[in-house]
This record gives sequence, C-alpha cells and structure tokens, in this order.
Amino acid sequence: MKLYDGGKIIIGLLIFVGIATFPFYYNIGKVNAKPEPKVDTPAIQEWEKQYGKKECVEPKEFMRTDHMQLVNLWRDSVVRSMNREYISTASHKKFNMSLQNGCMHCHSNKKKFCDECHNYMAVKPFCWDCHIQPQEKEESKS
Amino acid sequence: MSMDRRQFLKIAGISSILGLGASVANATHPIWVKGLDPSQVEPNKDALNAKKWAMVVDMSKFKTDEDFKKTIKACHLTHNVPDFRNPDGTVNKKFEVKWIWQTSYERAFPGQENRYMEEHLKDMPFLVLCNHCENPPCVRVCPTKATFKLPNGITMQDMHRCIGCRFCMAACPYGARSFNWIDPRKAVNPETENKEYPTRTIGVVEKCTFCTERLQSGKMPACVEAAPKGGLTFGDVEDPNSEVRKIVTTKLTIRRKPELGTGPQIYYLIGGGDHA
Repeated sequence: MKLYDGGKIIIGLLIFVGIATFPFYYNIGKVNAKPEPKVDTPAIQEWEKQYGKKECVEPKEFMRTDHMQLVNLWRDSVVRSMNREYISTASHKKFNMSLQNGCMHCHSNKKKFCDECHNYMAVKPFCWDCHIQPQEKEESKS
Repeated sequence: MSMDRRQFLKIAGISSILGLGASVANATHPIWVKGLDPSQVEPNKDALNAKKWAMVVDMSKFKTDEDFKKTIKACHLTHNVPDFRNPDGTVNKKFEVKWIWQTSYERAFPGQENRYMEEHLKDMPFLVLCNHCENPPCVRVCPTKATFKLPNGITMQDMHRCIGCRFCMAACPYGARSFNWIDPRKAVNPETENKEYPTRTIGVVEKCTFCTERLQSGKMPACVEAAPKGGLTFGDVEDPNSEVRKIVTTKLTIRRKPELGTGPQIYYLIGGGDHA
C-alpha cells in the first residue's frame, strides 16, 4: 500500500489529534474538585434536631438522580390539579410542593446546593428566571 | 474489510436497536414512566373550594381614587406584577402589565352607553379584571394548553407552558391579558416583591388567576381583602347560600359583553347604594 503525500497527512493527523485531545492533557494533574452540595442550612439543622436525622422528601439517592423529574411532576400537580401537598413514599410526611416555599425553605443555600452540581454538570435550568431565589447573606461575608 | 449493502444494513439495524434498548433501560424508574401516583398528592386542607368562583364588583363602594389604587396595588404587589414606568414617572403603556385595572364605562360596557347618561357614571372609572369566563376564547385558542379551566371555574395560566404566541390576547374580548415584552424583573422592586410568589419571564402572557394560590391556602383573593368593605364580593356562584349568589339573584347586575357568549363571571352592581 502506498500513501501519497504521507508526510503531510501524518503531520496533519498529529496536529489534529493534538488539538482534539488538548482538553485532556491540559487538565492532567489538576484536581478536579467534585461538587459537594451543602445541606447544613438552619432549617435543615432544625429538622435534624426535631426528627433526629436529615431527610429530604424522598431518599437522598432518588433525589440526586430524579429531583428534576419530581419537580416537574410537582409543578403539574400544583398548577393543573390543585394538589399542593406531597406525601413522601419514604417517610410518609407531608411536604408543600413549592419551589420557593418548599424546596428553598430548607435548601436556602442555592449557591452551595443547586449551583454546586449544576455548574459542575454545565446544566442551566431556568427555574430562577421566574422563581425568586432565597437571599443568601452568609455568602457576602466570606 | 469490504462490506456489501446487505451487511451494512444489518449492522446498522442491530446497533440502532441496541441504542434504543439502552435509552429505555435508562428510564425505567417508576416516576419517569408513570408519573406521580394519586395517593402521593392531596390538596391543602385549608383550601377554599367552589363549583364556580365568581365576583361581584359593587361600584358604589369605590368612592375615591385611593380605593381603586389600593385594590390594584394589593393585587400587583402580591403577584410581583412589573410596574413599567416612563422616565417622567407615568405608566409605560407600551410594556404595561396589568391583572386588575381601571377603565371607563364606555370601554367596559360598549354598546350600553347613551348620550343622556348620568355624568358621574360616564366619567367613573370601572374596576376590571379577567372575567374567568365559562366558555373562555383564550383557552380555545391556546396551542399549548398553557391556559385552561380549573374544575372550580378559574381560567388558569400555566406560565411554564406558555410559548408567548399571544393568540389568547387576540382572543380575549376583555383585554385581560398582558404580554411580557421585556424582562419583568426589571420593573419588580426587590424591596416589595412577594418572596412566596414567582415573577414571570420575558415572552409569556400573564393575567389574573383569581388568586388560585391564596384560595388553596384558605385565603381570599388579595384584591377582595384590600378593597373597601363590600366593594368586591367573592364566592361560589353555584352555591345558593353564598353572598355572591344572593347579590346576583336579588339585584340587577351587569356583565361585560355577555352577548359574546363567553359567560363572564364578574358581575357589576352599578346604580350604587342609593338606587339599587
């Protein structure tokens, strides 16, 4: 087999591979900080005191992977079916299906809770175009 | 390796089946497939319920400009309605968003005015809002079902679904709908905003929702609470014992453009206390 213009092609390929893999070796050795959402807001600590453990509306593992779908279903339930209370399948406690008055009541640390993972995963949910995010005072101090 | 067309199609078919299979396997959590189980949700216990919510506006109770202003302000502050102003402080009519507002008799009740009408009636501002029609044209034209009827008679608006096509604005004979031409956050004061209620985003249509969220937590609509005593009466028009029904049955009330067949549910008492 003969490769015409072999030298040019191989140099071209090497340049291409170099550029394509640039992001990988550029980041070699750099510590890729894992997102660590914080669940230590006053409301959550209060909850822990009262019930002896931290718990969300559903188990942590479920919330990690499926919260977006749950929130989507909550929205339809509230806006379209007028059902505003959610009964947890895990703890059988009742929760207010509301982003501003439910979720963010406990998770009042949007920057350290929502944004931590969303930024890492480069997802940009547009919740906050309309919904008012909690004011975070402690952020300005640090 | 050489491949004929038949082999290529076989491989392509098998790989697409595998790909589809993987994506289905990925979404097998019950919640992705079935949605919420009805046993998982319930309405708020304190919620106020009705077969058909309706409102009576007694114009005789609105005496001063202040009475109108505080009623409108209560609504607009509760729902974070943007207040677009011109540099000189007047209302920016181009971007104005309104849920409840004042208009003249002629505009509220076109065709019912006459030349010899009482001056006072002619010039009196009328309080108008979404009529929560029985047969709402806005719902009929909405291509995404973003606006729809709730079982309690409220014409609801789902801001999440609205694509901003503005068909509903063209369809509504009452001008009850406003479009967000620019980001409404620019004209919502963070000092006075209601932290328990969202704002809207650019490109959606909004209107009065009869305070659905307040009714569902057992509260009367914000305008009803803020209006002068007896000015706005809110209740279930299907319930023979409700205040609203009693007024509508015993007194002469008029509605806006009933001839269009939309079945508006805002009833106006006009003559005033002295005559009615």
